[in-house]
Amino acid sequence: MRKLKLVMVGNGMAGVRTLEELQKIAPDLYDITVFGAEPHPNYNRILLSPVLAGEMTIQDIILNDLQWYADNDINLHLGARVGEIDRRNRSVIATSASGETITVDYDRLLLATGSTPFVLPIPGNDLPGVISYRDIKDTDEMIDAAARYKHAVVIGAGLLGLEAANGLALRGMDVTVVHLSDWIMERQLDRTAGKMLQAALEAKGMKFKLNAHTAELVKGESGRVCAIRFKDGSSLPADLVCMAAGIRPNVALAEQAGIHCNRGIVVNDTLQTYDPRVYAVGECANHRGTAYGLVAPLFEQAKVCANHLAEMGIGRYQGSVTSTKLKVTGIDVFSAGDFSGAEGTEDIVLHDPGLGIYKRIVLKDDKLVGAVLYGDTKDGAWYFQLLKDEQNIHDIRDHLVFGNAHLGDVGHKGNSVAATMPDSAEVCGCNGVCKGTIVKAIKEHGLFSLEDVRKHTKASSSCGSCTGLVEQILASTVGGAYQPADSNNKAVCGCTDLSHGDVRKAIRDHKLLSVADTQQYLRWKTPNGCATCRPALNYYCISTWPHEAIDDPQSRFINERAHANIQKDGTYSVVPRMWGGLTTPTELRAIADAAEKYKVPTVKVTGGQRIDLLGVQKEDLPAMWADFARAGMASGHAYGKSLRTVKTCVGAEHCRFGTQRSMDLGVKLEKMLFGMWSPHKVKLAVSGCPRNCAESGIKDIGVIGVDSGYELYIGGNGGIKTEVAQFFCKVADDEEVMEYGGAFIQLYREEGFYLERTCHYLERVGMEHIKQHVLENAERRKELHEKLLFALQNYKDPWAERFEDASGGALRREFEIIKV
Amino acid sequence: MNDWTLICALADVPVLGARVVESSLKGRIALFRNSADQVFAVHDKCPHKGGPLSQGIVHGSTVTCPLHSWKIQLEDGQVAAPDVGCVTPFPVKIEDGQVYMQL
Repeated sequence: MRKLKLVMVGNGMAGVRTLEELQKIAPDLYDITVFGAEPHPNYNRILLSPVLAGEMTIQDIILNDLQWYADNDINLHLGARVGEIDRRNRSVIATSASGETITVDYDRLLLATGSTPFVLPIPGNDLPGVISYRDIKDTDEMIDAAARYKHAVVIGAGLLGLEAANGLALRGMDVTVVHLSDWIMERQLDRTAGKMLQAALEAKGMKFKLNAHTAELVKGESGRVCAIRFKDGSSLPADLVCMAAGIRPNVALAEQAGIHCNRGIVVNDTLQTYDPRVYAVGECANHRGTAYGLVAPLFEQAKVCANHLAEMGIGRYQGSVTSTKLKVTGIDVFSAGDFSGAEGTEDIVLHDPGLGIYKRIVLKDDKLVGAVLYGDTKDGAWYFQLLKDEQNIHDIRDHLVFGNAHLGDVGHKGNSVAATMPDSAEVCGCNGVCKGTIVKAIKEHGLFSLEDVRKHTKASSSCGSCTGLVEQILASTVGGAYQPADSNNKAVCGCTDLSHGDVRKAIRDHKLLSVADTQQYLRWKTPNGCATCRPALNYYCISTWPHEAIDDPQSRFINERAHANIQKDGTYSVVPRMWGGLTTPTELRAIADAAEKYKVPTVKVTGGQRIDLLGVQKEDLPAMWADFARAGMASGHAYGKSLRTVKTCVGAEHCRFGTQRSMDLGVKLEKMLFGMWSPHKVKLAVSGCPRNCAESGIKDIGVIGVDSGYELYIGGNGGIKTEVAQFFCKVADDEEVMEYGGAFIQLYREEGFYLERTCHYLERVGMEHIKQHVLENAERRKELHEKLLFALQNYKDPWAERFEDASGGALRREFEIIKV
Repeated sequence: MNDWTLICALADVPVLGARVVESSLKGRIALFRNSADQVFAVHDKCPHKGGPLSQGIVHGSTVTCPLHSWKIQLEDGQVAAPDVGCVTPFPVKIEDGQVYMQL
């Protein structure tokens, strides 16, 4: 079959990203021709600022080298200008670098012509020494001028202007930034932050002239520009004038071809122009009235556009919320959303001039709509996420402005400004990944997403506590190109585009009863999924349809299949259950006997008040379990995404301070929840008085006895991200603890995403939501509690099930070795 | 060299699962079966940190190591990018519902 012909005009980041996405999903559909006006392959335009500042070289910022085009069979014309689109004959007519005319036919045309800098219509704007700041050529010219001349003037104090000014100042020039408004970066910053930024830049040697209207650029004796004159009559010496007063979508070619343009080439949600064969992405496109000048939205456009070019016809681009970060070393500025102070918005402001910190958070209807951060921007990514997810922040409003402890968790405290970290600093403590390794991988492989960085470096791919830090490094390395994923809509894994929420809903709505059925119904892209999605799907099926869905052992992680915890050397650890942390001489004797009989090298008391036997060979497990069963002991599920332990203090049974019988209640709770699978592990604690010896404050459900009953706390976590449990409600007696606690857990089981702890679930859905279902509606609470009990009824201890093995050995086969 | 050793019946290996075969000559070998009823055998030792591959989750013709999620392609024992490494594969065949391996 004849391949379709795709021609792309423009060789920049948005266009080439579209081709990359296209090659991923339909590598053989098109013969591709690319015209690029610049003599360079695709490079990261955002990083021209660090190049100008001397922090990077052109080589560092190339994203796709010539070999990439060759490897993908792309016909590349560099230095070629497209002069005409002949829509009637569907061809593009260009002039090559050597002056020849090239005509190429197309079936689909992709316009990625980018934008052109706005040049002020003033006398002298075409003098030598007057440039804009857009491409490698401009950058080279500035570097060259900096070596030979003294005075530079930058017109426009936006993101680009300030980065240009900073670069020129670092190269030794005397730089004045000229700006129309009252304060700098007025589109991205409010007045206070703008003034703070100005002061910081002045301290670095930059000068500013605000409220300045440029009248003309004056020609010197050499013919080069020598001064800039303002409307008020004043003037400044200038050997180099850099215009950074905004950009205009580059639409000349499209307009000439009669394609509808209006401040950009007008496209619909599929990035298609008014000519159905012609698509447009990037800065040249006007989508729903906006032409984006930042790179992150362009990548989203690229993905959607590629999907439609591949004739798959799914995916819509619905616009982006953008954030801004200034790339000037040593100065941290971040802004996102709307902070203009529109009606109905409220501000939370933290301003410490002494420390040079300013944070302004703009709220509307309990949602974050804008943020401006100066000096301390480490929470920028977090605020941006809240903003994009439109999360209700009612519950966290009181500490919202102080940021989130996502960053700088265990081991990273005080070290959270990624840009200032040395390359040798360890970022990911689990996998031993240093900052330098991450930066190198980002540059060498052209990575833009957290997922990519995880794949290539393993950083933040284990416990995830350094995720915020890795995101920061990514943001500071690729600049504005980094866009955190929309956490609520993130695809489960590479096997599907659907999110956890989508999958849960489909399983519920369509009564999908097995992993395989779910994959088939939802058109999984891989034959049997992967190690990420299969355990999630299995959990979703069995938790949504208890006693009906098929629990697939091969879709469970080995620990849940072998009912023991795999260790680094391939041996297992075995933890028998001790209800509520209570044991007996008989049980202890059984444990001691087993430890000796199976030559267990390590016996350890766990944090969950029980005993761990470490270093057991897999083939010994069934026999060991049989021994425990004879002593009346069951699996402790220390290996599962399931109920782990209910920790207790001695309580009123013995303690002179105890107000409630905590051991009693702990045992009852643990028996109620025995065998419960959940999105992640679940730990409980019951303390008999507010001294809280069972550490209820860091448990998924923490119960604290008081004289008049119990207080319930939820969403605590003592692990990766230490999170203090939040007060949930006060109840009168043991039965109510079980009903309220059980209802909360059931809600979490039904709504939680796989591998989401209760603290993250709580953060996502909000305390109000949980209160609505569990506290405010007694009927709903009872229903949830009953569903939990129904799901857990007739649960058989997996250890007993395996050594008794009614199936005649099939269950035990897992543990037997074939000797040859 | 071309001797095929009878290992077990195909039915003894779970679909999308594995069995551990202990050979006096070659040590522990993981024998896998995928959803298309193909069988594969590789050394039961991940090239990363020595994890027992037999305990991993099988998908397509790949296994994900249970210790640190390296992905090993079972046809040739190569580690999937971006990680690098390989593990020794062993020839296997199915005849009359029985699995044979060349050790």
